[in-house]
Amino acid sequence: MVRVTDKPITPQIMWEMISAIQTDRDGAVVTFLGVVRGISNGRKVVRLEYEAYAEMAERELEKIVEEIRERWGAKTAILHRVGNLKVGEASLFIAVSSPHRSEAFQGCRYAIERIKESVPIWKKEIYEDGEKWM
Amino acid sequence: MRIKVKPFAMARSIVGQSELEIDLPEGATVKDAFDLISARFPKLSQIKSMQFSVNLEYSNPAATLHDGDELALIPPVSGG
Repeated sequence: MVRVTDKPITPQIMWEMISAIQTDRDGAVVTFLGVVRGISNGRKVVRLEYEAYAEMAERELEKIVEEIRERWGAKTAILHRVGNLKVGEASLFIAVSSPHRSEAFQGCRYAIERIKESVPIWKKEIYEDGEKWM
Repeated sequence: MRIKVKPFAMARSIVGQSELEIDLPEGATVKDAFDLISARFPKLSQIKSMQFSVNLEYSNPAATLHDGDELALIPPVSGG
């Protein structure tokens, strides 16, 4: 289950995403929350602007979900936020559910690394005195 | 033939719009399209490791384009 959204990532939505992948055979759900850091290379960040090629990003996220299923037999949900985010807000939520913890941890780590590699989403850091595409 | 081009992130900032259409001769490749756009917006060629997609799939610069294709200019991604 994957989604690119401009809505805030709330506890309610996180639980919905987990419920969508968790089954009675599972004993572990590992989650990752990416949040907006207030300092980047020593500069104070005011906010981030995330932009996505949403249709393609969702396709690429689906591929990652499938890769995790093939490699570890685990189920994955990914939610990526776009638009303007303040410091401390959540930009990314990943949940991986599997019968045992090892596969869930490995799958979750794999998901975040793959997202940073191939999913067409970009962030621009806005500082008090400028901005920069990352 | 007519191709829809979508520049993203830094590429969109340079082009100043999120979508444009270009005309190319039959048999033109992704690289041909990029060369044409870069001629109009020279700063595009300063983006390192630019990637391309055609109809939502990553594509090789040597791939042949077809009428109506959607070509995206994909600077290095930075999601997460």
